[in-house]
Amino acid sequence: MPPPPDKRPSREASRRAALFSEPLANPLDAGLTAHLVEFGEELRGEGVALGTSELLDAFSALPEVAWNEPTLFRETLAATLAKSPEDRAIFDLVFERFFFRATELAALNTGIGEAGSGSGDGEGSSEIDIEALREQIARAIAEQNEGALRDLARLAIAAFAQPGEGSGVLGVDVQRIRRSLELRTEPQGDVPEDDPRAEGLPREGIRRFERLLRQELERQQIERTSMLPAARPLHELDRALPSGPLQDLASVHRVVTQLKRRLKTQGQEHRGHRRHAQVDIRRTMRASLQTGGVPITLRYRPVRPRRPELFVICDVSTSVTSASVFFLSVMHALHDSFRKMRSFVFIERVSEVTEVFERERDFKAVSEVIGRDAGVADISGYTDYGRVWGELLEQIQDELHPRATVIVLGDARTNGRAPGAELFAQIASRSGRTYWLNPEPRLYWNYGDSVIDSYAQYCEAYECWTTAQLENFVKVLTAPEATRP
Amino acid sequence: MSTTPERPDEISAGLIEVGYLPDAATSLVAFLANKLGKPILVEGPAGVGKTQLAKSLAETLGRELVRLQCYEGLDEAKALYEWNYRKQLLRIQAEAQDTGWQQVQDDIFGEDFLLERPLMTAISSADPVVLLIDEIDKTDQEFEAMLLELLSDFQISIPELGRIEASTTPLVLLTSNNSRELTEALKRRCLYLWIDYPSLEHELEIVRLHAPELDEKIARRLVEVVAMVRDLDLKKPPSIAESIDWARALLLLGATDIDTKTFNETMSIIVKHRTDIDIVAERVGVKLDSNGDGSGAAAS
Repeated sequence: MPPPPDKRPSREASRRAALFSEPLANPLDAGLTAHLVEFGEELRGEGVALGTSELLDAFSALPEVAWNEPTLFRETLAATLAKSPEDRAIFDLVFERFFFRATELAALNTGIGEAGSGSGDGEGSSEIDIEALREQIARAIAEQNEGALRDLARLAIAAFAQPGEGSGVLGVDVQRIRRSLELRTEPQGDVPEDDPRAEGLPREGIRRFERLLRQELERQQIERTSMLPAARPLHELDRALPSGPLQDLASVHRVVTQLKRRLKTQGQEHRGHRRHAQVDIRRTMRASLQTGGVPITLRYRPVRPRRPELFVICDVSTSVTSASVFFLSVMHALHDSFRKMRSFVFIERVSEVTEVFERERDFKAVSEVIGRDAGVADISGYTDYGRVWGELLEQIQDELHPRATVIVLGDARTNGRAPGAELFAQIASRSGRTYWLNPEPRLYWNYGDSVIDSYAQYCEAYECWTTAQLENFVKVLTAPEATRP
Repeated sequence: MSTTPERPDEISAGLIEVGYLPDAATSLVAFLANKLGKPILVEGPAGVGKTQLAKSLAETLGRELVRLQCYEGLDEAKALYEWNYRKQLLRIQAEAQDTGWQQVQDDIFGEDFLLERPLMTAISSADPVVLLIDEIDKTDQEFEAMLLELLSDFQISIPELGRIEASTTPLVLLTSNNSRELTEALKRRCLYLWIDYPSLEHELEIVRLHAPELDEKIARRLVEVVAMVRDLDLKKPPSIAESIDWARALLLLGATDIDTKTFNETMSIIVKHRTDIDIVAERVGVKLDSNGDGSGAAAS
């Protein structure tokens, strides 16, 4: 029988399942089943939509594989539980955290420690051949041998970090060990020809090894203090727009490429079976030939997706630096999909950049040109919304018409200057639809110098700081006329 | 002949035999799907071999492949079944005047007048088949909803005939380019497999499998260049099939190295957009040149 489509009952059911397993104080007693249910709960807590049927799938799949092998176990769970690339990323993070903590907790409860065997390790550490260890680790990284890396991480810690000598900050210790191991991405000359270090190690592999080191150090710390550190939920920002200067442009690109593809097909699923679709007489007659001239099947005129004329106005001041990198690349993507589109950037003054976007295919070049030539900063470099609306109105008021759509990207922080809401109202009233995308969470709206409410009465304001929100907005934007209220 | 592999390795070996090099996750999911009788939802960028996976699975399992190519506006009549109107009309016209309506009705809504479409074929086949529902993201949500009955229970309801149940469980693969979010209900019924562009080493193996005569050094260079091209922001990044085509083309041309000249001449095999060609020529061509000089200097 198919599971109920509604998520609520299933969620409740699994809660109950988790609850019933709880009285068994030690989770290990409840067996793997309870662990998996708990794991599912944790995934749900991180926003993965997980049905009971999916957990059941996982249960029925596990006996079919040799699941005592870590990678098989993990991939089996991933195939049954995580159903999109985004979910998979979250799954990986939660998986690592959850099973690491579960084993550690079990070890604590049963009093199994590394201490007994650890002392043996300690003695052994003096005999570890450092150079051989370096070579082995390099080889394991090059071969991506997960199991060997795990063991080597423990050896490396034994060799380089004497217990109790750690700095207390895991990251610092990890970097120190990595430096002592001389793991580098650039080619090293003074090693034998067949050594993988001769060609440099893959960056990804070194990162992987660092993660293992970190995990191992964390494990030792738990053992020393005999308690688990508080569980940390995944940072919300991990899933926010890739926007910070620290995050690379590549991830921005990934999101935008995806968006471009969606934009291309956007609105097309509304074609065809619309209730108000017009009958296409020609094609209906043609189809009726099949049935001897009786029009049994009606053919409809396809509903064309709405491709409105867009005016996009983007804030590029320092208060929204991180978001504007993203927004600019989104504008860049939009230019591919909307032919009738004009773009503006502003800080204190407004400047049209449509031509830049049309000329430059490459986003990096676009942002450079804008930074150099747009001339939107005047003296202070603080946003001046009042002045911007005035200038904008002058520039485009003759071209605004009821079928035009105006989109403003900005945080509506006026730095104490006049908001000029009445000018904005004029722009909004001349255009058909007006949207405001605010890169700040709704929580911060109208707080401090944010005056979003004085604009929001003239337009539809959306918070937009995750890709999901952005996509949602694009859906609203391209929805056919008929579906809008 | 149709066998049921008992371990993921067996599927993997079988796939390699028919020329498809799967990674660990792919063979595991294929194995599970076969074992549990669940559909697989395969997602990934265009050209990573999603469709090919279905073909190869059919080949290695010794099953027939039934393919349903999805497109906008695909409806039940084209996917499931359709009444053969013309035949029905002829039947009615051929009928003598005095036959009762009831009898005619019973007659013309029989299986004789049913046109089987791919989904119906897959369900009613006597031998188990591999059913490929290609590019499911191109259809609308109504069609997805219609698939639900088929995917979870392997049955189709025809109002005039009743329910048709599958006598054998087909192995179902749905592919999607992720150009729209599929419904939760559909995802919940499937195992999920994400296929990405292969790593350098993996692609090298694939190219060497399909063009074994190509020199190892050129093959390595080729996959490096392809990876470089994929990194650019192109309208259509090169697929695996295209790197294989390119390898074969280089073989035919008897190229000994990929330098700027060979690259510019053969680039159209992997890049197929006017604007893309400009970008690639500008970026990769220059890099090849400097690399070529470097190796040339080293050789001399």
